[in-house]
Amino acid sequence: MRLRYPLTLTALALSLAAGLVIGDDDEHERDRQRGHSTMFRQADFSPAQDPTYRSECGGCHFAYPPGLLPARSWEALLDGLGDHFGDNAELSDAVTAQLRGYLTTQAADSAEASGRAPAVAASIPASETPLRFTATRYFQRKHHEIDPRTVHDNPQVGSLSACAACHTQADAGSFDEHQVRIPGMGRWED
Amino acid sequence: MRTLLLALLLLPNLTHASELQGLLDSYRANAGEAFSAERGATLWQSTWPGAEGTRQCADCHGADLRRSGRHAKTGKTIEPLAPSANPQRLTQRSEMEKWLLRNCKWTLGRPCSDQEKGDLLTYLSTQ
Repeated sequence: MRLRYPLTLTALALSLAAGLVIGDDDEHERDRQRGHSTMFRQADFSPAQDPTYRSECGGCHFAYPPGLLPARSWEALLDGLGDHFGDNAELSDAVTAQLRGYLTTQAADSAEASGRAPAVAASIPASETPLRFTATRYFQRKHHEIDPRTVHDNPQVGSLSACAACHTQADAGSFDEHQVRIPGMGRWED
Repeated sequence: MRTLLLALLLLPNLTHASELQGLLDSYRANAGEAFSAERGATLWQSTWPGAEGTRQCADCHGADLRRSGRHAKTGKTIEPLAPSANPQRLTQRSEMEKWLLRNCKWTLGRPCSDQEKGDLLTYLSTQ
């Protein structure tokens, strides 16, 4: 019965393959462009590139680079997805395990940590397991000059957790202050 | 040759439609009534008590499903949900199942019944 339409099956396989190839090209093109724009300086944080992480976590919020938090923080976040800062963000066990592998091996205190990630890890006392990067001393040191009105009272930002609202190159892992544009306020001058 | 090309163009859509259909079929087993776009629309527009005030689907998806929404809490842009504006929508069973589970809990404060999920998908597929 299933083999009654071999042509249809072949066409299906071809169309799927074509989709994969096209998707792959887009992916490479983006990587190439990204490589160009950051060719002369290393990213501050290795950007989150894992497709599962980008779709599962990045579906609701900025896909925070794994290097923003130590492995124990990622573990705690993944163990508590049923109450993720007040919201349910449960994932299947299989996906959670996959994300655990990705996030802990790329964490701020991992062997893979690069750029500013080791400094983030060093700013966190061993006795602490921050669930938010914004709770780390590293983050607070970098943002203490920010007037809360430009963030909390700004409908286009709302929270310091919305990195990409002001850091225009955040998705490429670049948090250089010269690239900051606060919506409705313009360029950041300190 | 032309037929083959046509088949190549149409097949992805057919497989997508069947993913939605397959999911609806699986919900139908536990649904008391035939799925209704009208009931789905009512559910979509309902408000529910939340941690801070009330919640409804439009909090994140926006009032117009053909346009982008904005996550109520994180501000992240959410691509249009209407398949007429965003053909990727309602094409992957695993995506539909995941978001119906997660977002019913977020919005209604409980999982949706299979009847409700079928009604919602039926409504959304008309958008």
